[in-house]
Amino acid sequence: MSDPTSEPENPAPATAGASATATLNVGRWSPGDDVIVVQRTPAPGTGRGAWRTFVETARGLKTTFGRIKEGTNTISYPEEKVPVYPRFRGRHKLHRFEDTGLEKCVGCSLCAAACPADCIRVVAAENTPENRVSAGERYAAVYEINLSRCIFCGYCEVACPFDAITMGHDYELSDYDRSDLIFTKEMLLAEPLERTPLRNEGE
Amino acid sequence: MSVLALVGYYESWWVQILKAIVIFAVGLQLVPVVLIAERKIMGRMQGRYGPNRVGPYGALQPLADILKLLTKEQFRPTTSVGFLFAIAPLISILTAVAAFAIIPFGNVQHIFGERVGLYGVDVSIGPLYLFAFGAIAFYGIMLGGWSSGSKYSFLGAMRGAAQLISYEVSQGLALVGVIMTAQTLSLTGIVNAQKGMWYFIPQFVGFLIFLTASFAETNRAPFDLTEADAELVGGYNTEYGGGRFASYYFAEYLNVLVVSGIVTTVFFGGWLLPFGIHPPGWVDPIIVLFKMSLFTFFFIWVRATLPRLRYDQLMSFGWKVLLPLATLNALVTAILVVVTH
Repeated sequence: MSDPTSEPENPAPATAGASATATLNVGRWSPGDDVIVVQRTPAPGTGRGAWRTFVETARGLKTTFGRIKEGTNTISYPEEKVPVYPRFRGRHKLHRFEDTGLEKCVGCSLCAAACPADCIRVVAAENTPENRVSAGERYAAVYEINLSRCIFCGYCEVACPFDAITMGHDYELSDYDRSDLIFTKEMLLAEPLERTPLRNEGE
Repeated sequence: MSVLALVGYYESWWVQILKAIVIFAVGLQLVPVVLIAERKIMGRMQGRYGPNRVGPYGALQPLADILKLLTKEQFRPTTSVGFLFAIAPLISILTAVAAFAIIPFGNVQHIFGERVGLYGVDVSIGPLYLFAFGAIAFYGIMLGGWSSGSKYSFLGAMRGAAQLISYEVSQGLALVGVIMTAQTLSLTGIVNAQKGMWYFIPQFVGFLIFLTASFAETNRAPFDLTEADAELVGGYNTEYGGGRFASYYFAEYLNVLVVSGIVTTVFFGGWLLPFGIHPPGWVDPIIVLFKMSLFTFFFIWVRATLPRLRYDQLMSFGWKVLLPLATLNALVTAILVVVTH
């Protein structure tokens, strides 16, 4: 439709202005193919407008009533839980070697160094032949994570050279006291109560 | 008409007291039911459950709400006018309960050897009584909003004043058609006059106008500009809490029930059943309550559907659409009544 004087595809009838196409093609300029013909609703205050209001209200009522049949989308939280994805970053876990039972953590403090929230505290001690805690030379005598500061970024598990710390799936961490949110090594090593369902493959 | 002269005068005093207590008790019990019904139904319409924690299926939720509200501390802003602040909710609740008294729940029955009408009182000026109390109810909102000494309350009250005055006219005129057709102002008389045909058929326009205006009169969505939570916090009851707020809340829902009852009575044949079914007298209140519940459901349904009107839309709708329609309806009905009689 580059040529403005070209004949429109639907030639205007003799009574110009009678239809929507005709009004668009009045004059010499043709708006072309890509023009959007605006459909105007009946003006408010007219009979047709009132009828439209009535019909549209009824349509709205039908819509809301239809929602009753569709059922609810609510997940009743304490009873039902949204399953988490396998890589969900919840509460940390410390790990042991499954065969020997020794702790994987060697107390290197790399996690504490990587932590942007500065919530990990590690105090290392030497392993002795009588008291062998970890597989390496040293072990973490104190390992504390202040979960009220943790931002669950997962940098600690990335920083850990022995995969000793990973992010678990537990996200129900509220407590009545802030001091209860400082998790010690024993708490982090303990098998957590699996309170969170895991999302299945393809779910 | 003879009905007017007879009804209401042959009941002994103890029957009247008993009736007053029973009707007040019934009204008092119906409001929590409407409360929970509204929250549950609106929840379902919005894809959620609604309250489901207190009691079986959340049925005791209104009880918990009322208990919570009644045990709250009473306080008021320093800018408020104490006396008016305290009595404004009382006016609201009083007018709502008073209007509830005239809804006929059934025909005259023979109980304990007495003739008892199943209604609080059958006033010979039924709709006028209703509008009188509707007009006083407006003071509850107006004084409550003004005496709070808060700009939100004040704006809500001012809107309420304009809205109630505008829509009361249409509401009244919508009933004029029915009154002319029934040739009586007594509500039981109007019900008895509907034995041939319920008035929502011949008075369909009047019915629509009355229903629409009733939404405005009860400050329900889409005409809830007096509350308008999105812009006025809580409207006229922003500064209210505890028992006083509960009074306003109670009055609002009782007003919904009253309006449902009036629509039932005036347009849907009260205790009458279609197709010439005549059940025994004790079924009458059940029929009325059932019809009322349908309209209460409609109120809830509309609240879940329609968005709130803008203030100028509300005004132009009331004065430019409803009032001319109501006038025309009254005029046409008057002509038809004159021609056919």
